[in-house]
Amino acid sequence: MKKLLLAGTACNAIMILGAGASQAEELTLCWAAWDPANALVELSTDFEEQSGHTMNFEFVPWPNFADRMLNELNSGGQLCDLMIGDSQWIGGGAENGHYIKLNDFFEAEGIDMADFIPATVTGYAEWPKGTPNYYALPAFGDVVGWTYRKDWFERPEIQEAFQEEYGRELAVPASLDELKDIAAFFQGREIDGNTVYGAAIYTERGSEGITMGVTNVLYNYGFQYENPDEPYDMEGFVNSEGAVEGLEFYKELYEVGTPPGSSNWYMGENIDAYKSGQVALQMNFAFIWPGVEADPNVGGGASGYFANPPGPAGQFAQLGGQGISVVSYSDKQDAALEYIKWFAQPEIQARWWELGGYSALRAVVEDPGFAESQPYAQTFLDSMAIVKDFWAEPAYADLLLAMQDRVHNYVIAGDGTAQEALDGLVEDWVEIFEYEGKL
Amino acid sequence: MSLSVTDPNPRTKWIAGALVIGYAIVTIMPLLWIIATGFKSPADSIAYPPKVVFEPSLEGYVNLFTERTRATEGMLEDAGPPTTWYERIVRDQGMVITGPSRYGERFLNSVIIGFGSTALCMLLGTMAAYAFSRFRVPLKDDLLFFILSTRMMPPIAVAIPIFLMFRGLGLNDTHLGMILLYTAVNLSLSVWLLKGFIDEIPVEYEEAALIDGYTRFQAFYKVVLPQAATGIASTAIFCLIFAWNEYAFAVLLTSGTAQTAPPFIPTIIGVGGKDWPAVAAGATIFLVPVMVFTILLRKHLLRGITFGAVRK
Amino acid sequence: MDETSHLDRAARATPPRIARRIQGLSDRTIAWIFVAPSIFLLLAVNIFPLIWTIRLSFTNYRVNRPNNAVEWVGLENYQRILSDEDVWQTMQATAHFLIWTIVLQVLIGFALAYLINKKFKGNDLWTTIIVFPMMLSPAVVGNFWTFLYQPQIGLFNYVVAFFTGADPASFSMIGDVNLAPWAIVIADTWMWTPFVMLICLAGLRSIPESIYEAAECDRASKWRQFWTITVPMVLPFLMLAVLFRGIENFKMFDMVVQLTGGGPGNTTTLTSIDLKREAFERWRTGYSSAYAVILFVTVFGLASIYVKALNKVKER
Repeated sequence: MKKLLLAGTACNAIMILGAGASQAEELTLCWAAWDPANALVELSTDFEEQSGHTMNFEFVPWPNFADRMLNELNSGGQLCDLMIGDSQWIGGGAENGHYIKLNDFFEAEGIDMADFIPATVTGYAEWPKGTPNYYALPAFGDVVGWTYRKDWFERPEIQEAFQEEYGRELAVPASLDELKDIAAFFQGREIDGNTVYGAAIYTERGSEGITMGVTNVLYNYGFQYENPDEPYDMEGFVNSEGAVEGLEFYKELYEVGTPPGSSNWYMGENIDAYKSGQVALQMNFAFIWPGVEADPNVGGGASGYFANPPGPAGQFAQLGGQGISVVSYSDKQDAALEYIKWFAQPEIQARWWELGGYSALRAVVEDPGFAESQPYAQTFLDSMAIVKDFWAEPAYADLLLAMQDRVHNYVIAGDGTAQEALDGLVEDWVEIFEYEGKL
Repeated sequence: MSLSVTDPNPRTKWIAGALVIGYAIVTIMPLLWIIATGFKSPADSIAYPPKVVFEPSLEGYVNLFTERTRATEGMLEDAGPPTTWYERIVRDQGMVITGPSRYGERFLNSVIIGFGSTALCMLLGTMAAYAFSRFRVPLKDDLLFFILSTRMMPPIAVAIPIFLMFRGLGLNDTHLGMILLYTAVNLSLSVWLLKGFIDEIPVEYEEAALIDGYTRFQAFYKVVLPQAATGIASTAIFCLIFAWNEYAFAVLLTSGTAQTAPPFIPTIIGVGGKDWPAVAAGATIFLVPVMVFTILLRKHLLRGITFGAVRK
Repeated sequence: MDETSHLDRAARATPPRIARRIQGLSDRTIAWIFVAPSIFLLLAVNIFPLIWTIRLSFTNYRVNRPNNAVEWVGLENYQRILSDEDVWQTMQATAHFLIWTIVLQVLIGFALAYLINKKFKGNDLWTTIIVFPMMLSPAVVGNFWTFLYQPQIGLFNYVVAFFTGADPASFSMIGDVNLAPWAIVIADTWMWTPFVMLICLAGLRSIPESIYEAAECDRASKWRQFWTITVPMVLPFLMLAVLFRGIENFKMFDMVVQLTGGGPGNTTTLTSIDLKREAFERWRTGYSSAYAVILFVTVFGLASIYVKALNKVKER
């Protein structure tokens, strides 16, 4: 026991000493535990060599990422010096003073937000949205898109059967309706001796899964978070006629075109289902595409990619991705800023893309060779051009919980009607904004 | 003994044996499935339909203990040909090893915190149980119920105050903090179990020792403790199982330094998606210490839980 | 080792001055020295946070809004919780989970213990094997059972299909509103039946052989012996097992969260899961503190009634 205590004190002493010296800091970067995080570790060795600082990483799995990290921030914790926080945290990070404002730093170092994909600047860096107040540097661009079994689509017997049933060619869907047809077509079909199913879609209950899925449909059917002319005016926008139709569509898609038991699926489960050959299509964030390409079963040309297809009210896709911020409780902010400065360099960003990280730097993605560099690169660009994000308010977690509850209850548990679900959602959201004093 | 009138006849024994073995086989299946998954390749682990027969692979175990990154051609050239068997396994996936994973650290944390809190819990628990058993403690029944009631609080409910308190005391994310926390949670169980056990040790033994000139302390640790060893062993098993596997506090209160394995294992990810073989391998290895501990102490397992709280 | 010499050596090894001082302590003092560390630790780690929680429950405090003023709101939080229909729904889900896990675990656990107590050959080995599931981490169990329950790639549906002839893809344990509450009951029963079994076994083995021999002399039937000797003698043990399982399952969080996330809809949203959302996702600290206090009072009340009943049974 005593030894432990002593060890603890020694550690503290070292940390205090470390803070005194301006050289060689030990920085901790916090992010989610996923594929791109491994790539970032690899990328960061270059920073360690150049700066002499040591990088530590704290990666928390997605289901606990928000709880763990927001707990850390809310209690003023000094675990993280750098935070690659989820896009929706930016409001809380800025308003509650968790993140430091980066405007002066950007100006001093010549980092220009115009050099980044506009959607990522709005999505990951700005608060309030649409104003030039920056609390993060876009770090990882991500968006929901679709992956499909190109090898199955190309089989003559399947093409024939589809032609017969739907009177058109089996191809990448040009609309959400076509996507549903394709999912229904594959549902229960025998392929290579296995019964396969249509599409793996997001249905997860516990964190943010079903919201990140259903919004892709809702946006394209005319759902809007608020009156464009009057902030927080939601009645008739959240529960507009189109939005109701969109929610009904998602439920129908769940019923006619998804594998049995896919009632609590998010990124990981969708990947598993797709890789094991259960489904012809999967909805998922772009970050998985490098992994799909490398897979022995579905990679190497067997898969194709397409952006979320348009619906009656337009074409949008749910934004994912994160910006990198400096935590205001850190006592190594200078070194942390150094990291951001290093990370923003075009050659580092190019290498980031090479290692499997989706750079948000325009110099990288607008490079003439970019679209050809990977089979999914063009789809990524197309998708990034049509993104919309969930609320990024400080109360985003409340707003999200309400939506998870309402949508899962209707789509998966089959409770009530779509109209009731969205009316209820407006009620919940109004209550939350009233509580927040914004209404 | 075997000829006693109460000894079941062979046919009864046979039927009882068959039923128990049948249950054991069904109940062990999910566990065997987990262990088997650890030896599958990632593709086989999610095979549709599931594979019962598969080609064994150590990929899960290698992935569990290493950090890897997808290799670009330049990196492969720099790294040269693989020199060890595990490097070869990783290269076959088109990856290179970038370092050891955190699993080892997390596992070590679990050992320190699990066994540390069990030891402390046994120490405090035996002392308290002895006092409750032998002395007239004022408000004894209320105190005992108070001790039990501390187990009724959902961890989530007290997590925020504990988090703030630990932060204030500098115990957040430390081994000591977690040891104290798990000890406190387990104390109720250990006091209740141990009191029952000490109740059963005849008071005459100590009285004889006291007459021989022993002090109370000496009588306690020279006479009572050896007699209670069985009860202590079985109680230790239960405390260890709890502390070893605890999740809610661990996930909310620890991160870097003191995080134990349970919050870590379900989250091991591979190339896009969960690395099921590595998760299974992590769970399997994690099971071994408790399993060994239990098998070693299994003779006491039954003798121990006589719950003196029950037998007055 | 020789007992006496051991004791002698210990007595000699204790320095006389200390020995005298310790000898001088009254039993009462020793009792307090022995109990105090436990009580102190429990006060510090359990009771102090509890009091803090109770205090917070009367405020509108939110951990994630350090800048907001903290106001006393009296009983408002309590009123809101008790009048919230969703809370009652989670209570129902918890009750379903609690009752069925206990019923199944008691029935199966007792049956197993009874059979093992027939002392067939190799019962030691099989008992040890049966005990393994409870050594796993609940989080890992929840995680793996999602996998086992997947109709396409999991084991569960195929096993059920093998025995019933149903199509493995025709049902989904986690996705179906009607089956999901049972999915969590099954996983918990799988894991914790051995616990109940062990305690029952201890109870069975504590029954003196002579009682059965006497009954045998009185020519009481086996059936009668079972109901008049075995069951009453094991009952106190069984009740204690139920107490511990009941308390644990009332708090159930980790396994179910990993298994269903509370879905579909709110079908398996147990109170602890709901509480966690309020406390660590909505960050309504005051509100969730009140929620926690209500839960605590509920368990505390139920448990104290139960322990009274248990004491009565013991005295019989």
